[in-house]
Amino acid sequence: MSALAKRLIERKNKGQKGLIIYLTAGYPDMETTLEAVLAAEEAGADLIEIGIPFSDPIADGPVIQKAATEAIKAGATTAKALDLIKKIRAKSMIPLAAMTYTNTILHYGPAAFMRDFGAAGMNGVIVPDLPLEEADLLAGVCKEQAIDLIQFIAPTSTPERINAVSKVASGFVYCISTTGVTGVQAVNYQPIAAAIEIARKTIDIPVAIGFGIGTPVAARQAAKYADAVIVGSAVVKQVGTIGVTGVKDLVQAIRTELDREGD
Amino acid sequence: MPDKRGRFSGYGGQFVPETVMPALAELEGVYNKLKNDPEFQAEYARYLAEYAGRPTLLYYAEKLTRHYGRGQIYLKREDLMHTGSHKINNALGQALLARRMGKKCIVAETGAGQHGVACATVAALFGMECRVFMGKEDMERQALNVFRMRLLGTEVVPVTSGSGTLKDATSEALRYWVTKVRDTHYIIGSVVGPHPYPMIVRDFQSVIGQEVKQQIKQIKNAKLKYIVACVGGGSNSMGIFHPFKDDSAVKKIGVEAAGRGIDTGEHAASISSGKPGVLHGALSYLLQNKDGQVIEAYSVSAGLDYPGVGPEHAAFKDTGVAEYVTVTDDEALAAFKMLSLTEGIIPALESSHAVAYLEKLMPMTNADEAVVVCLSGRGDKDVQQVAQIMGGL
Repeated sequence: MSALAKRLIERKNKGQKGLIIYLTAGYPDMETTLEAVLAAEEAGADLIEIGIPFSDPIADGPVIQKAATEAIKAGATTAKALDLIKKIRAKSMIPLAAMTYTNTILHYGPAAFMRDFGAAGMNGVIVPDLPLEEADLLAGVCKEQAIDLIQFIAPTSTPERINAVSKVASGFVYCISTTGVTGVQAVNYQPIAAAIEIARKTIDIPVAIGFGIGTPVAARQAAKYADAVIVGSAVVKQVGTIGVTGVKDLVQAIRTELDREGD
Repeated sequence: MPDKRGRFSGYGGQFVPETVMPALAELEGVYNKLKNDPEFQAEYARYLAEYAGRPTLLYYAEKLTRHYGRGQIYLKREDLMHTGSHKINNALGQALLARRMGKKCIVAETGAGQHGVACATVAALFGMECRVFMGKEDMERQALNVFRMRLLGTEVVPVTSGSGTLKDATSEALRYWVTKVRDTHYIIGSVVGPHPYPMIVRDFQSVIGQEVKQQIKQIKNAKLKYIVACVGGGSNSMGIFHPFKDDSAVKKIGVEAAGRGIDTGEHAASISSGKPGVLHGALSYLLQNKDGQVIEAYSVSAGLDYPGVGPEHAAFKDTGVAEYVTVTDDEALAAFKMLSLTEGIIPALESSHAVAYLEKLMPMTNADEAVVVCLSGRGDKDVQQVAQIMGGL
């Protein structure tokens, strides 16, 4: 079974919710990202998304955009992100998914990317500008390397699309909490909750909900609809303002709130 | 036509977040129906004729022709359109589409401001809410167009992310559309973006080439040999080339902006020096660095200042349907002056690139050959900038 699914199912079996944390590789530098990953794991994260910065991240809001711009300016490259994943793997077995845009992978070469990142210890890849219609660009090479190509469901997804996504999904399904970009708070979970309900009929892999979940309270609220929550912009903001201890504190607070008994 | 996946010889596609995929499918469905709907087409044609000023003239530039002393030069006068450029062709068509889809809000990006002004204009005409994203730097370069948009009731949103130019304005418009996709239509300004946009914008702009096809029949003593048009995203060039796509006797020449020179790295020549990559939803030629980061394009002309290019142009390049050349800032500025002096027509800096290529093309032509240049816009918006470059009035 996929390492990503396995970890989230272990949580589920304990009656708990999974916690997925996003960090931009190289923001403000690779050493800090490495420390932040280890701190997040220690504070209770189940899975880490490593964002490989791209110059034009159309699915990201201001916080992650700025982190990507600054990381690139500070010298972050795809090769250095690969090196970061190797370094994380040397110290931790936490499941890892790379999150980046199509052009980054296309430029590196899809087969080479999956081979190198897979060998380094990456378990999955999340590409927000690669919808189902274009997924064949990576599906074959991901399969060869046993890497999960994470699929998305949005509040606007039709039942036909949800079913089509369900057929090919592996690892977990990334459910977008609200129409919009990352880091903008979701106010109405009903459309995505309805979409998740449809998806549940055909899939047995875990469902994670992300976009705009930035506080322990928001995480608990969103977790009602899914097996795991994804927190990105809020964590990246902590990196930029407070540093690694800020990441640790926020992840711990979210973990505590998710595990709290009662309503 | 693109294939089922919206690809032109492999280029194009739909590299966008899942959130907008249903909206693209809706747009494609509605458009394919309306494309063959006589009532819709008649409505569009009526607005083009009665509101926007079509057909535009195909003007025989006699003095310019004499200047080179070879083939006959004709100017396709898109600069005479309402709002000053060919952009209104697409804005009108897409606003009518949006109305049929029941969407009341419009979002658009703009570089030089011509597409923004065209969208602001049709939004005013049809009583729609309009928001235009524009790079902060472009807002300064094109202050007059910012004022025009605001006068027309449009909200102009400055974009400071990334490098604050057209590329970033397009990303912001896409992000906004993702957020407001249920009630908003995104009027993309060129033959770029995810399928079906490159096809829709091309179809609405093809009126330029279709008119040329008719108008050229009136010319008895020369046959059409060349069509020259500037290429940024590539909408005016695709509009004038496409109806001649299968006519190999007519050579189609797209002129990209070489800025300060291709070897300086400061240019906007995506086809001539870029590599295939994905930006703003489509696979096409793209200016990118050795790590796959998109490079900022540069040109004296804000409308050509885009690191990508429409996917069908990429296909035209690879299959030899059209050829692509480059013209520097200096050459374009010289053409800007020359057309003003010889014909009394002040061209847009974008169109000046096409005019500038005549320097290289005309010596190869004969007296019985006609050259059509797409004069995509007028230069009023550029005079202040050019005055500064030339060191005052």
